[in-house]
Amino acid sequence: MKKTPNQKAWFMVLPVLLLVAFSAIIPLMTVVNYSVQDTFGNNEFFWVGLEWFEEILHSERIHDALGRQALFTLIILSIEIPLGIFVALHMPKKNGLWSSLCLVLVALPLLIPWNVVGTIWQIFGRIDIGLLGYTLDKMGFDYNYTQDSFAAWATIIIMDVWHWTSLVVLLSYAGLKSIPDAYYQAAKIDQASRWSIFRYIELPKMKGVLLIAVLLRFMDSFMIYTEPFVVTGGGPGNATTFLSIDLVKMAIGQFDLGPAAAFSLIYFLVILLISWVFYTIMVHSDKEAG
Amino acid sequence: MDLLAWMGWTTPTAIFFISIAVTLVIMIIWGIKSPQTPRVGILRFETTPGDRLFISLLGSAFICLGWLAFFGAPIWEGLIACVFYAGAVFKWV
Repeated sequence: MKKTPNQKAWFMVLPVLLLVAFSAIIPLMTVVNYSVQDTFGNNEFFWVGLEWFEEILHSERIHDALGRQALFTLIILSIEIPLGIFVALHMPKKNGLWSSLCLVLVALPLLIPWNVVGTIWQIFGRIDIGLLGYTLDKMGFDYNYTQDSFAAWATIIIMDVWHWTSLVVLLSYAGLKSIPDAYYQAAKIDQASRWSIFRYIELPKMKGVLLIAVLLRFMDSFMIYTEPFVVTGGGPGNATTFLSIDLVKMAIGQFDLGPAAAFSLIYFLVILLISWVFYTIMVHSDKEAG
Repeated sequence: MDLLAWMGWTTPTAIFFISIAVTLVIMIIWGIKSPQTPRVGILRFETTPGDRLFISLLGSAFICLGWLAFFGAPIWEGLIACVFYAGAVFKWV
């Protein structure tokens, strides 16, 4: 059957295009413009060429922040993804009150705004009034997230795991629920072990949703700002100063708009590259599967 | 032009965005004149001309950053490398 070309649908996209232009493209253009100039406010700009980019690329401070950021993302992905799958595997599969209750409980942390999560953990971890900090202190652990880098990292990682593992659980659970019963019946006939069922039925069927989970958690953790800002403010010292915290310090704290613009563009390109790789793998594996 | 003063436009950045816009328009016209089906190249997944443009632009950005990191400004030679890279992407990817 020959289709008649009809391009009218493009008009339907127009409002979104305008919205994106207003909220993303124009600001991005402005950032590009700022990245090649120096400004002291009042819309007065001085051309500096690619100087800021060179400065950022050779800045040890940014290299350190990037290292911390990569480590943080790696740690939380390697905890949240397996933990999320584990929890999803142990959730009730049959529809009913129990499974609904589990879903609501699991989804609860996702409903809490970032800054509230930060505040909850900031208080929770305090050794004078916080339940966690006080208990650990009384048990003899040397825990003080305002002074000890390890404690600060541990707090932020546990907080992120608490906040976001639910997302992985919900996605994995949706993936598991979509597996037809026939697969499990076939596995039973073959007397497949629990591990084999997981390895050859559940995991391949969850591949699509897990890729989405990894992509979402990667992007979000690589851009994390509010929670560590509220809990540690980037400290002690610079121990938890991740890229976005450093970027805000540079742009708003020091008002170095030029270097901050160059920094944010490089940051943006790195996220764009990794997200594109994930996206391509995702679309590609979907096509292979279906 | 007071309305746009906050955006801090400069001639080089304007040229940069205009050339991207022109490239997009050319790609659209090219797509209408001779529609192409996606093909599988050396990356072993299907790409449309739009995908190849994206890979070219993103790769070029990293080539320029790499050039800047290792050799410093100016990056004219880096830009020439980008053109070759984009040509290679359109031919083989």
